Amino acid sequence: MRYRVEVFVTLKPVVNDPAGLTIRGGLHTLGFDSVTEVRAGKYLVLTLDETDASQARARVDAMAKQLLANAVIEDYRIELEPVGEPVGEPVATGDGSA
Amino acid sequence: MKTGVVVFPGTWSDRDCAHAVLDVLQEPVRYIDHREQSVDGLELVILPGGFSYGDYLRCGAIARFAPVMAAVADFANRGGLVLGICNGFQILQEARLLPGALLRNASCEFRCEWVHLRVEQSNSAFTLDSRPGQVLRIPISHGEGNYFADAETLDAIERNGQVVFRYCGPDGRVTADANPNGSLHNIAGIANARGNVVGMMPHPERACEPLLGSDDGLAIFRSAIHALARVPA
Repeated sequence: MRYRVEVFVTLKPVVNDPAGLTIRGGLHTLGFDSVTEVRAGKYLVLTLDETDASQARARVDAMAKQLLANAVIEDYRIELEPVGEPVGEPVATGDGSA
Repeated sequence: MKTGVVVFPGTWSDRDCAHAVLDVLQEPVRYIDHREQSVDGLELVILPGGFSYGDYLRCGAIARFAPVMAAVADFANRGGLVLGICNGFQILQEARLLPGALLRNASCEFRCEWVHLRVEQSNSAFTLDSRPGQVLRIPISHGEGNYFADAETLDAIERNGQVVFRYCGPDGRVTADANPNGSLHNIAGIANARGNVVGMMPHPERACEPLLGSDDGLAIFRSAIHALARVPA
């Protein structure tokens, strides 16, 4: 199955976020005074082919731990949705035919 | 001192580092391509400044998995001398060879200016030639040099004497005004527990000749020579 996986990487709450503070300042300048906090982060979209959703989630979790997020300063959240069978490849039907 | 300078795609300070070691200190240097798998025969490995792999994702995050980095980690773990400067410091942290992380500067600005550093200890391989309290004048050039570590880690590196350089005023006083990037405890450079691996945001290779405005950076490279003379490899 092909999956579309969204990875949200954010700074841990204890980590100062200069970019977020600067964006908040900009919003205040525009008159959006109700904004008390802005946290900036990264948004990654991965498309991958895995046998099932739990396998896909486990793979992306491993990717996040090794590379996509830095555990010293960042947290991450994964959201996953199936987007159909891989295109252009034979689909196994279980009886040996494609 | 057989020195290797690692060159990643996007490294920019490799020639300056080689110039400091080869032309100023008259020690042999070779460039190490990021695809090489060995650093055998070298006594000092320098990870220079720059924007390896475009700094995509996070500074140093991709470089940390370059083929040469496994060899650099082995070399460091065997006690080999490793100096990470600026982007090289970021890479050493991503590789977990040094604790903490470097965040975006608190000002959100890229800072390219002269700073003063107070030497905090003379036990690391790169501060043997300095004395604690000595002030060095060396430039910085970075957008993400804001040192961060969680409270426990920060406490541990302070207790172990792993903080080697702090941003200070010309008089050596460590103040908020002298901090160019928001680093916790004004930290500009740290060592691993063993003292053979040091990472620093300022560029000592750009302060190695009076013509450049300062030769205070030479003490850092000279210390490595003396560290090698002291401990047989």
